[in-house]
Amino acid sequence: MSQVPVKIPLLRWGKPYESLDVVELRDFETGEPVALLSQANAALVERDLARAANAQAALRAVGLDRLLDCLTRAADLYEQATLPIVPGGGPELDPAAFVELQAATTGLPERLCRTNMTKIAFVLRNLREILQALALGVRLDWLWHGYGRGPRGEVVSLQLQSPVLGAVLPNNSPGVHTLWLPALALGVAVALKPGTQEPWTPYRVAAAMIAAGVPPEAFGLYPGAQELSHTLLAHCPRSMIFGSAATVQRYRGNPAVQVHGPGFSKIILADDQVDKWPEYIELMTESVVANAGRSCINCSSIWVSRHGRAIAEALAERLARLVPRDRNDPEANLAAFTNPAAARQINELIEQGVREGAEDVTARFRSGPRLDDRGSHAYLLPTVLYCGSPELRLANQEFMFPFVSVVECPQERMLSAIGPTLVCTAVTEDDGFRRRLLDCTSIDRLNLGPVPTHRVDWRQPHEGNLIAFLFKHRALQLAEALDQVLTV
Amino acid sequence: MSCQQGARDLTERVLEAKRRLDAHVRAMVRWHFDPETGCPFWLEKARELGFDPREEIQTFEDLTQKFPLFDDEWLRGGPVRRWVPKAYADRPIYVFETGGTTGTPKIRINIEDFKIDYEWFSTTLPDEYFPPGSDWLMLGPTGPRRLRLAVEHLAQYRGGICFFLDLDPRWVVKLIKRGWLEHLEAYKQHVIEQAITALTSGHNIQCMFATPKLIEALCLELERRGTTLRKLGVRGIFGGGTEFTPQWTRFAVEELLDGVYLAPTYGNTLMGLAPAKPISAEDGYKITYYPPQPRAVVQVVDFDDPNRVVDYGQTGRVKLTTLTKEFFMPNFLERDEGEREPPCVLYPWDGVSGVRPYRGLAATTTVGVY
Repeated sequence: MSQVPVKIPLLRWGKPYESLDVVELRDFETGEPVALLSQANAALVERDLARAANAQAALRAVGLDRLLDCLTRAADLYEQATLPIVPGGGPELDPAAFVELQAATTGLPERLCRTNMTKIAFVLRNLREILQALALGVRLDWLWHGYGRGPRGEVVSLQLQSPVLGAVLPNNSPGVHTLWLPALALGVAVALKPGTQEPWTPYRVAAAMIAAGVPPEAFGLYPGAQELSHTLLAHCPRSMIFGSAATVQRYRGNPAVQVHGPGFSKIILADDQVDKWPEYIELMTESVVANAGRSCINCSSIWVSRHGRAIAEALAERLARLVPRDRNDPEANLAAFTNPAAARQINELIEQGVREGAEDVTARFRSGPRLDDRGSHAYLLPTVLYCGSPELRLANQEFMFPFVSVVECPQERMLSAIGPTLVCTAVTEDDGFRRRLLDCTSIDRLNLGPVPTHRVDWRQPHEGNLIAFLFKHRALQLAEALDQVLTV
Repeated sequence: MSCQQGARDLTERVLEAKRRLDAHVRAMVRWHFDPETGCPFWLEKARELGFDPREEIQTFEDLTQKFPLFDDEWLRGGPVRRWVPKAYADRPIYVFETGGTTGTPKIRINIEDFKIDYEWFSTTLPDEYFPPGSDWLMLGPTGPRRLRLAVEHLAQYRGGICFFLDLDPRWVVKLIKRGWLEHLEAYKQHVIEQAITALTSGHNIQCMFATPKLIEALCLELERRGTTLRKLGVRGIFGGGTEFTPQWTRFAVEELLDGVYLAPTYGNTLMGLAPAKPISAEDGYKITYYPPQPRAVVQVVDFDDPNRVVDYGQTGRVKLTTLTKEFFMPNFLERDEGEREPPCVLYPWDGVSGVRPYRGLAATTTVGVY
């Protein structure tokens, strides 16, 4: 590994820029500085965004097929190569050093950092197929060229709405970066505001892509303060933002912004299956604890009409076995809260919910308290609540650790009570209920059958289809084609 | 001049400045605590002090050690006349406000102070970039603010005429707090449109006052229109109102200003105006401010012990003392922090660099355009 702390400059359409405003990223356990992260000022970002068309032109000059080949090559480089933090020299990181640094600033165990690396490489490697599936029958070269001719000779045109995709990125899990990276294959440059503790993934993705032949000019990387979020959203015609429920509320209905908020993902064991709940205990456990419970696609509540307490006890008994381990332990399952105040606050919220009627079933199986406060950082130990009613406040909550409420609710009330749900795994063979699930607009991704909530078929959209977000179906009439089609 | 001679010269200037400050302190204390000249507020307050300031306060150190911290809540609400020195009771009085987005703003009365402060500040502006006789654009908050009149006086003092636009900073802060970012953007455009109209209407505007956020908004809009401030005839900007970071200043100099001179300042209604040493790339765009001593003194003090001045180069909270015949404000802890800077030949008294919102209050402070 290069000497720490490593300097991480901004990347301004491919050009490194060391800001005079620098933030230290520290190892959450030792407090030692591991990186000096340049901070962008808002006007600098705004000025760069005014040149986004140049960034897009550089991408388009490569051509679709070559670009897809580059992205496939980038997958291997991302996973295996020693890459510079930014192009043009400077410190380099091999995969092991990358994982060490990522774990040191995010609290995620190294094992899970590696899992997320694999996930990102998988998406890069399979981008052609993923995009083709998301394009719903429109060929990628039509998107690239602006139009194409369908099987009946009809002109099909989807118009790109922005030369650049802005993204305000989170810290919770590196896997979220799979959501913006397909944009480059669509000829769209990216302007990214990395998470405050997790700049590592977007920088390495950019480095891998550039090393594979993607033009550096296509990348804007702008770590910085909160106000940059507004700048990106205000000056990119299309942006995605990751945030809280309040963020979701703020941008709801804004066609220029794709919002990724809490998932409130769920498992429903329907009346026809719930008596067989022991068969699904592995499904439930895995859905709760995968990726240390940090993803929006982790299950945060399990809905049943009966057996709630028994399910909660069985889950609690399993989850209570998970304890904090060294971050480089290959068995580590729990992530540290690098900001211990956040863990304390969450713990207090849960305690308050327990006082209001939820039952912490895990308490009986744990040897100590839920909060493992180590001063510089903290852990929250897995927690299973039993909620006798969906009205309890913690019946439908999500926290950044393995937390799940088992909620008892009559099946006929479930779909009106579950609220916004990013992923719903519904275990049922009841055709009537399956139909109601299919029609339920509160559910984004629906898994019919025992599919873990965090298992992703990348050919399906995630909180909105990126192609539908970036492109608009429009009419295009070509004089030479008019005699072959329906005109009046 | 040799280095040794330069150092001796600076030492002498520092001592002279200190003698001048102590004499000024004595004069101001005599003025404000004399029943014939002082204001009702301080004459009343004197009874709580337990000592006669006119006897006890002989030096600036006496003032900082013996007077309690100034509570800016005292400046909220009326009657405003309690701040008017008896000696000035028959003079025309201005009232300037600060804060006030919600609730009652803080006030400071003024008669001539703003003119005196800005006339002194005028001597720090290079004529090459602020040509005497040229006109000004005030791209900053209007309404009940000292800046509104002070910038106009500065322009007139330098032989120019000042143009204004309408800008309500309290509304801006509300837009930010409410998260109405589209409205914020629209209001900014509304302000910038007014500025561009003034700059392109055939006047002789070569000088400006502007806040950092409005400088960048104006320059970026001009760039979108294929022009720059310099091409429109502007030569110098007197900047103030909010924080100038070294990174922002570097970015402005390298990418926005197209050679237009920038004179950053630190100040507010309660202090006056602290100019900065000329900024340079060699100095890492560090901005060091020096207050208009002896009329105002800035100290950088320990976060936990406001009576202890930190060492040079160390970080602390900014403590302000204002000493004019119109306004006496000892030991006021500003909402800012920064690093203590040593005297220089140009300003032979303490300065402060890296000024930014005080960490203890930063989370609750909304920085608008002003």
